[in-house]
Amino acid sequence: MRKSWVFIISCIVISLIFIPSAWCKTKTIKIGINAPMTGDIPKVGEGTKYAAEMWLEDVKAAGGIAVGGKKYPVKLVIEDNESKAESAVKVNTKMITEDEVLVIVGPQASKQAIPAGEVANNYKTPMISPWSTNPDTTKDRPYVFRGCFLDPFQGPVLANFIKGEFGFTKAAVLYDVASDYPKGLAEFFKQAWEKLNGPGSVVAFESFTTKDADFSSQLTKIIKSGAQVLFTPQYYNEVALIVQQAHELGWNKPIVGSDSWGSAETVQLCGKDCYGLFFSTHYAAAGAKGKTKEFIDRYNKKYGYVPDDVAALTWDSLGIVKTAIEHVGKLTGNIEKDRKNVRDAMAKVKEYDGITGKMTFTEDGDPIKCAVIVRISNKGEYEFYKSVCP
Amino acid sequence: MTFFFQNLINALQWGSFYALIALGYSMVYGILMLFNFAHGDIFMVGAYIGFGVATGVTALASFGAIVLPKWLILVLTIIISMFLTSFVGMLVERLGYRPLREAPRASAAITGLMIGIILETGNLALLGAQRVRFPTLIKSETYNISGVFVTNKKIMIVVVSLMLMLALHQFVRRTKWGMAMRAMAFDFVVVPLMGVPINTIAAMTFAIGSALAAAAGILFGVAYPVLDPYMGIVFGWKAFVAAILGGRGSILGATLAGFLLGFLEIFVAMIFPSTLRDLIAYSIILLILTFRPHGFFGEPYSARLRL
Repeated sequence: MRKSWVFIISCIVISLIFIPSAWCKTKTIKIGINAPMTGDIPKVGEGTKYAAEMWLEDVKAAGGIAVGGKKYPVKLVIEDNESKAESAVKVNTKMITEDEVLVIVGPQASKQAIPAGEVANNYKTPMISPWSTNPDTTKDRPYVFRGCFLDPFQGPVLANFIKGEFGFTKAAVLYDVASDYPKGLAEFFKQAWEKLNGPGSVVAFESFTTKDADFSSQLTKIIKSGAQVLFTPQYYNEVALIVQQAHELGWNKPIVGSDSWGSAETVQLCGKDCYGLFFSTHYAAAGAKGKTKEFIDRYNKKYGYVPDDVAALTWDSLGIVKTAIEHVGKLTGNIEKDRKNVRDAMAKVKEYDGITGKMTFTEDGDPIKCAVIVRISNKGEYEFYKSVCP
Repeated sequence: MTFFFQNLINALQWGSFYALIALGYSMVYGILMLFNFAHGDIFMVGAYIGFGVATGVTALASFGAIVLPKWLILVLTIIISMFLTSFVGMLVERLGYRPLREAPRASAAITGLMIGIILETGNLALLGAQRVRFPTLIKSETYNISGVFVTNKKIMIVVVSLMLMLALHQFVRRTKWGMAMRAMAFDFVVVPLMGVPINTIAAMTFAIGSALAAAAGILFGVAYPVLDPYMGIVFGWKAFVAAILGGRGSILGATLAGFLLGFLEIFVAMIFPSTLRDLIAYSIILLILTFRPHGFFGEPYSARLRL
């Protein structure tokens, strides 16, 4: 007799725990943000978070996302991946299985986005990485998208730019061999450069590992190699050290970077050493027009600095997510079915007009969009220099 | 030939940091028979304190309208930060290690790791994950000596480190306190019975080691002006390797081993592909330790006495 009471009571308790949450799920749309709030690139995480919060403000002001004539409130689940691959995987797994998010935005860097994309694809949850340019992130993963161009595109863009702008034939590359993004891009650049200038035209191909602070032996080798230009696809904390040390070792030739330079902190850490250098990126803040300018001004007013490309791409990625959810037609309340519907809607997004350019996804979930070459001005601003389209 | 000399200069600078940090490890290990794994993080704390002091002194100088030359600010920063960081070291000893002095050595080593994590995450909580740029205290000037590029910073770093090492050597050789330290390193059990105050000596050892780490931190900030809360970890490990390689408690050994480590890293990268740098450099060190398990100047019997 007593046992059956215990059974009945525990049944009631368990159903009380589960029913309201099941009932809530159909009401709110949860979007996961997987961002590097701490670790190597915290500024990237900050930009992600700020852009997402600004986007949420707009959605809240509109009363939520409208799906099939009904407005659903939106909740952001922002989690820190500590800028580590294994933490990014953990964060994705938690957001998918425990928080039951509909879509994931992030992680930003390829190092985290490649392994985290695997998890999202296995759980059949749509994920869009705003900033990851390595091809492996979306390759053969129907549920994974990105908000930016790819390294196989960026590599040739930079090689062509250097060749066209300076007419150089010998280049050196310095990159972090332990990180997916610099390693991938360094190799794509090498391929493109050797295609343009013949084999052996990359005269020094030097590497280091994450957390290194002294690059003097690599740079000494590069200087000795007779290279005319140094290409270094590194993140902002290393850029400051590499550029300064190169100058101290007597290097006075151009140094060219990639979209990872685009952080708001690069110039702050690097100072005058970085003035006059070029890098390729997704958008240029100085001289922006229309809604890009609107976004920049609003962000600047709210957080006190000009948003970097990560913030802009996160903004666009969230915009695509919103468009996709609106086009689903109806939210069933079954999270697995809804995730699949959102994925299908996302793949169908055509000519999405974002602040970093127009985007249409290819079959792999990569957008076709233009790159921008930026020059760091003598005031430390990112000036638009040239636009390169595929 | 210029290529060789350029690398030699690079290695001298890089080795100075290892040597300065290795000294702190070596002293604590020699005198208290303790692996102070938090030492790399004390180096980080020292760099941050240096950042704070440099910013503060610069601000004070501009407020009080006293014209302080930049080099004086640097000297003041080094002295004040060494002083402040030595208290951090004493605090670590008092709170972390002294209660565990009778505990198994493994517990003390674990304590070091934990204190290290506390210092890193404490800094993260206090200042956030943002990188900090160390203020430019001396304007970088590059001299071109027939193709070899030397900066005034590099010269300053090597000279200041050597001066500090010499000062430490004199202190340990010539003063009464230094004699007490050497005696303690010789025998941990009997010497306190002779009336040498073990707590004072332990605190002093930590204070000196931390002050040297702080100096290393500031010089590091001058050369590589980007600070982050985790900068001390790998650096600490490598300096620890130098301390062991130099021999237990040997000042000369730690200094030489620190420079050797710097030279190995730079010259391996000069000859082999830079990807293989640490692999080859540390394999060589493993080989040296196989043939000289007590390091360059370590005495075999002293380890036996303690354990």
